[in-house]
Amino acid sequence: MAELTYRDAVAAGIAQEMRRDENVVFLGEDIGAAGGVFKATVGLFEEFGPRRVRDTPISEQAILGAAMGAAMTGLRPIAEIMFSDFLAVCWDLVANEIAKTRYMTDGQITLPLVIRTANGAGSRFGAQHSQAVENWAMAIPGIKVLAPAFPADVKGLIAAAVRDPDPVIIFEQKSLYAFKGEVPDGEHVEPIGKAKVLRHGTDCTIVALALMVHRALAAAEILERDHGISCTVVDVRSLVPLDTLTILAEVAKTGRLVTIEENPRLCGWGAEIASIVADEIFWDLDGPIIRITTPHIPLPSADWLEDNTIPSVERVVREIREKID
Amino acid sequence: MDTTKPNEPTALGHDIRLELYRMQLELRYCEKRAYDLFLQNLIKGTSHLSLGQEAIAAGFGVAMRPDDWTFCTYRGHAHTLARGASMEGVLGELMGRQCGLLGGKGGSMHLTDVSKGAMGSYAIIGAHLPVAAGAAWSAQYRGTEQVAVCFFGDGTTNIGAFHEALNFSVVWKLPVIFVCENNLYMEYTPISSVTAVEHPAADRASAYGLEKIVVDGNDADEVYRTAVKYMERARKGGGPALIECMTYRHSGHSRADPGQYRPEGELERWLERDPIKIYRERLLGLGIVEATLTDIEGASMRKVDEATETAKGSPVPTLDQIEKNVWADGSAAWRN
Repeated sequence: MAELTYRDAVAAGIAQEMRRDENVVFLGEDIGAAGGVFKATVGLFEEFGPRRVRDTPISEQAILGAAMGAAMTGLRPIAEIMFSDFLAVCWDLVANEIAKTRYMTDGQITLPLVIRTANGAGSRFGAQHSQAVENWAMAIPGIKVLAPAFPADVKGLIAAAVRDPDPVIIFEQKSLYAFKGEVPDGEHVEPIGKAKVLRHGTDCTIVALALMVHRALAAAEILERDHGISCTVVDVRSLVPLDTLTILAEVAKTGRLVTIEENPRLCGWGAEIASIVADEIFWDLDGPIIRITTPHIPLPSADWLEDNTIPSVERVVREIREKID
Repeated sequence: MDTTKPNEPTALGHDIRLELYRMQLELRYCEKRAYDLFLQNLIKGTSHLSLGQEAIAAGFGVAMRPDDWTFCTYRGHAHTLARGASMEGVLGELMGRQCGLLGGKGGSMHLTDVSKGAMGSYAIIGAHLPVAAGAAWSAQYRGTEQVAVCFFGDGTTNIGAFHEALNFSVVWKLPVIFVCENNLYMEYTPISSVTAVEHPAADRASAYGLEKIVVDGNDADEVYRTAVKYMERARKGGGPALIECMTYRHSGHSRADPGQYRPEGELERWLERDPIKIYRERLLGLGIVEATLTDIEGASMRKVDEATETAKGSPVPTLDQIEKNVWADGSAAWRN
């Protein structure tokens, strides 16, 4: 086991796959010589050279289009969209082209490509560089959606995404890039579509994603220590495919579901999970489902405002205390 | 004299010219059949015909190597057929039958036959230009000397993806040929009234360091020669080209459009320059006997008739196909 930062795990995952498969190529803005604006791809240009690690113009449609065309003709591209907010300028490629082409061609075209993007709040960048937009992707049939919370999952899920025959979008939480964690030595691949139970409790099951996983764990500590409330914490990791078996089993054990979502309220991924739980294990529930989300607003920029907008540890503790006996 | 020189007007042999004639005819007859099948309510939805624009699809189709790639728009029947896709597969797809190229899942606007290098018809304006660039990148990366050819209409030149793809392809020196079919109308509106320059594609070429190329898109020989020239250059690492082919669609933009916005006499003038009409006259002038041409015409019509009957006889897709082939494992599963 080595301790890596979340950002170093990105480069480690990409490098692992580029060493393994000559057809893996990487493109994006400032990803090469500059090492990425978040320094998450440092060293790749030096190791693999400009033929395989290619800097692009600021042309998000060209980036994703090129990835798509390359994927349908034998390569396994990894495309970086610098901020997930920028997906809006190339959403046609994601939603209309990449996700739908296999179905529309009845399987003639498969697209083994990966889109990596920095997602989420916490960096005081304002409403156009801080959104949590994983729900946008989750709403589109035909693309797999991952959001790792820990360095080991970053490396392992990037590897799995590269090897997957279908298009995968990975939302990296930008305020986690400096987070350090243990990453297994040697080749590391995590399964796509598997949630992870990080903590076992008896009173409620908190289901969270990315940065909110860390807040869920911190809140669970406080709830246990100070308030005698014992929480299970499930890291969803993969929104599509969704590991409903794990989620349903863990909710059934405690009888309560809490989702912690960084996204704005409406149509958050937690709403889909709440719906599935209500449909399928309603009689196992001991009380209402609790969704803790960002309010349905564009994100403010100032640190004080941003910190009071996305779900904080304190807010999670407070809401669970208030709503769970 | 080097008889293979692309710009030499006499360089084309009779075999190539007869193939260009046959292909234009098949495309014409098949498109007309699609129109008839619409009127019989056997084709639903919409359809964008290439009537009048066949010389472009044929000129490139004949010039391309079997392993080259075609990317086209929702006006893609002709381009897909020009790569050798089965006609019953095309008509069957338009009719939503099992024998359709896409099993009824794609329809008129998404015709694809990967086995023939027809890498898809894209129905969002501009989307496929960067995709074609990506395929060209793959060819360049793997050193295969394949070329990607990307067809689009004049209206595409005013959308962002056109400009992103051109800049990107030039900077990466990709083997991709961008072919603008300028049929004078973006949809219902004259392209000249919404574009800053006279030639919507060619006049933008210099912004990307490319040569200005405008050709007669109704002349299959000229299209063919141009295609050969720039595809060979791209194959050898010479980078992309942007070719504007002047042409005219004989029908409206889509099924819903009778084309009444066109000034009086315009259609008639272009019908005088019908690519098939002028090509037939040229072949006769070159000494090819009438009987050879009528044989090709008869065989082309029989092919369309047979494809029509095969497609009509094909059953509708089974309902179990609805939730198939979202993912590479054939499933549509989003949860366990």
